[in-house]
Amino acid sequence: MKLELGNIIINDIQFTNEGSKVENGVLYVNQEEIKELVLEDSNIDTCEVFIARPGESVRITPVKDVIEPRVKVEGPGGMFPGWIAKVDTVGSGKTNVLKGAAVVTTGKIVGFQEGIIDMSGPGADYTPFSKTYNLVVKMEPVEGLKQHEHEYALRIAGFKVACFLGALGKNLTPDEVETFEFDNLVESARKYPELPRVAYVQMLQSQGLLHDTYVYGVDAKRTLTTIINPLETMDGAIVSGNCVSSCDKNPTYVHQNNRVIRELFKAHGKTLNFMGMIITNENVYLADKERSSNWSAKLAEYLGCDGVIISQEGFGNPDTDLIMNTKKIEAKGIKTVIITDEYAGRDGKSQSLADADASANAVVTGGNANQVIVLPPMETVYGHLHFVDTIAGGSANNIDAHGNITVEIQAITGATNETGFHNLSAR
Amino acid sequence: MSKIKIVQYINQFFAQIGGEEKADIKPELREGVVGPGLAFNQAFGDEAEIVATVICGDSYFGENIEKASAEVIEMVKSVNPDMFIAGPAFNAGRYGVACGTISKAVKDALNIPVLTGMYVENPGADMFKKDIYIVSTKNSAAGMRDAIKKMAPLALKLAKGEPIGASCVEGYMPNGVRVNLFEKECGAARAVKMLVAKLNNKPFETEFPMPDFDRVDPNPAVKDMAHATVALCTSGGIVPHGNPDRIESSSASKYGEYDITGVEDLDAAGWETAHGGYDPVYANEDADRVLPVDVMREFEKAGKIGKLYNKFYTTVGNGTAVLSSKKFAEEYAAKMKADGVDCVIMTST
Amino acid sequence: MVKEIERAGLPVVHVCTVTPISMTVGANRIVPAIAIPHPLGNPALSKEEELHIRRCICETALKALQTEVTEQTIFDVKY
Repeated sequence: MKLELGNIIINDIQFTNEGSKVENGVLYVNQEEIKELVLEDSNIDTCEVFIARPGESVRITPVKDVIEPRVKVEGPGGMFPGWIAKVDTVGSGKTNVLKGAAVVTTGKIVGFQEGIIDMSGPGADYTPFSKTYNLVVKMEPVEGLKQHEHEYALRIAGFKVACFLGALGKNLTPDEVETFEFDNLVESARKYPELPRVAYVQMLQSQGLLHDTYVYGVDAKRTLTTIINPLETMDGAIVSGNCVSSCDKNPTYVHQNNRVIRELFKAHGKTLNFMGMIITNENVYLADKERSSNWSAKLAEYLGCDGVIISQEGFGNPDTDLIMNTKKIEAKGIKTVIITDEYAGRDGKSQSLADADASANAVVTGGNANQVIVLPPMETVYGHLHFVDTIAGGSANNIDAHGNITVEIQAITGATNETGFHNLSAR
Repeated sequence: MSKIKIVQYINQFFAQIGGEEKADIKPELREGVVGPGLAFNQAFGDEAEIVATVICGDSYFGENIEKASAEVIEMVKSVNPDMFIAGPAFNAGRYGVACGTISKAVKDALNIPVLTGMYVENPGADMFKKDIYIVSTKNSAAGMRDAIKKMAPLALKLAKGEPIGASCVEGYMPNGVRVNLFEKECGAARAVKMLVAKLNNKPFETEFPMPDFDRVDPNPAVKDMAHATVALCTSGGIVPHGNPDRIESSSASKYGEYDITGVEDLDAAGWETAHGGYDPVYANEDADRVLPVDVMREFEKAGKIGKLYNKFYTTVGNGTAVLSSKKFAEEYAAKMKADGVDCVIMTST
Repeated sequence: MVKEIERAGLPVVHVCTVTPISMTVGANRIVPAIAIPHPLGNPALSKEEELHIRRCICETALKALQTEVTEQTIFDVKY
């Protein structure tokens, strides 16, 4: 299978009163077109649209999702299969990407509130999304909308806007084209017999409302551990339904641009032989945890792996899924490297993980999510600032008289990402 | 601004008094620098100065730890410095242990920042790396320049009370305190490199060494449950409706203590969860699903238990540091004990 | 937390879904629960059935507290 990602480099977003378009690297957006699209859903009462550029004195909070605008140009399927497009298999043909742009959804979300993106200041270093040109879509639900439906409405609205913007790049010639090829198992094994065979085990957050991930439209908590072509992931097969503790949940953007996959492709044929990708979940029942990790180990063995990279999503009880996966895969004689993050307390002195095992001897960490940071006031806030004391990582009365916000970095979107998307770490 | 005043501790060898045959010399205070102090002072520039040096034989220190420590502390105190540096000791075992011991003793007694340096395999390293900053040096005095290059800037930071970065950035030995840093490469790139090294049996360094968990022996069983007071506790964040104490949904800074005298059932009108780590819908509908007050009341009426303790303790496990949880539990366990609770049912989500 | 209660001299039983974490952190008496969002309940069941499983778990918890143990022990619930 072969996938071409055609990157149309976006250097700015501007509003226009005419039709939305992409021209000379600028994404022109007609706000009314976005609003009309979003308000098609009768569960959404109001919609506002803003632009947040790198370096501006802007804070976006609470962030629901971050999505990269894309469009299928050639080949089967379309964006966000199971949600926007039908469930045709994606991952081949040509997809155009508005590289450098992102849709960020915000609004009063459900219960506990999601993350912060600061476009400048000290907080900006902690989120990868201070470097993208963001179209912020703020949406409020109709009164009385149930939590599950509210989350669903916002999630879908984000995808719709991303597809609308992506489509503006359909007939453009990309500035650069990245080509990724992935062979079938037999071919892969034959190609580089001398290189160690490596797979990627991605753990998907699946704890229930506000902590969910979807694969081709299927709720990950209702899946058995399975094999997916990494190109499918790169082409939008996995999306986020998360809303809590944003530092280590994967927004849809992170799935679309999964860096473990990209790094494995870089090393493929040079230092390792990239054999495949396994997706598994992090459910709330012990039997599910046992079953899913058994299957991870079984499939890693089936792929003939010498080594795997395991990435986690979230923390707490998923630490057990991580340790189960590691233990069981190592027990098959397959070497592991795991990517996680830490909750070592504000002083860094506490136990970082809820579970541990000696076999997890190669760990990459996304940093201590309990680290406290003071975020100075921003000139503009898109969303609702008054939630920052109840978001995960916030605490009561954490805004001082000067507007400085004291939070743990777990409130910052993508700060300690466990797919190795960011460069924060700890020792 | 005046220069930061530093006292340095070195052994007989680095003071050029002699080798093993002079290892029994008693502590001695000299004004100014002796031996390695000169290079330290050059590295400090205008910012700091070693104003005095304490010299002590390794054998003397090792054989008279308490006495020698007290003597050295008195000497250091007489100079009233801002900072104390011992060594570096490289791979000299007794010297390393002396540097670690005296650094910790000076820190405890005089409450000033301290720093030492030694080779990672020096026995002093494992003994003291969790108590004081120890810079990792080469294994012989040939590494003096390299050691000073790391120790001098760290000493300045410590003396000025500046925040100390991660161990791999500052050059000290990992001390169990986790400190964030920005790496040059993203985590995914680091993971692939680490895996390739591991697959090729090449050395690699985990970014997080797995911890050892300690154990507590089980207490004896409850003999007479029919007359026992049973307490309920939870890490599932059950709180009265509206979360009156504003317990945080994650990384909680406090625990809740709530009276359930006369409460038969944790209904949706009165109770909910503050926990941010799981789908809250089910607990909000019926908090007995997390904290089984209804069933315990039944057991109380049926005489299965003596009585249900009239308070419960609640925390949010989600993202809350283990040390905070530990502190919370220590506090409320003591309260329960004092109130005559006989046993506890702890529920977790 | 369970450990601190134990350390204070109170026998304690840990009712939790993820028993492996409980084992790792060092609880001595462990009773497995239903699921993380509803450890002592199951919204898929009727009120009566739900009460039944909650009783079974609590009975097992009391049994665990009345049982001498010398090492970490998981007490399975009979429904």
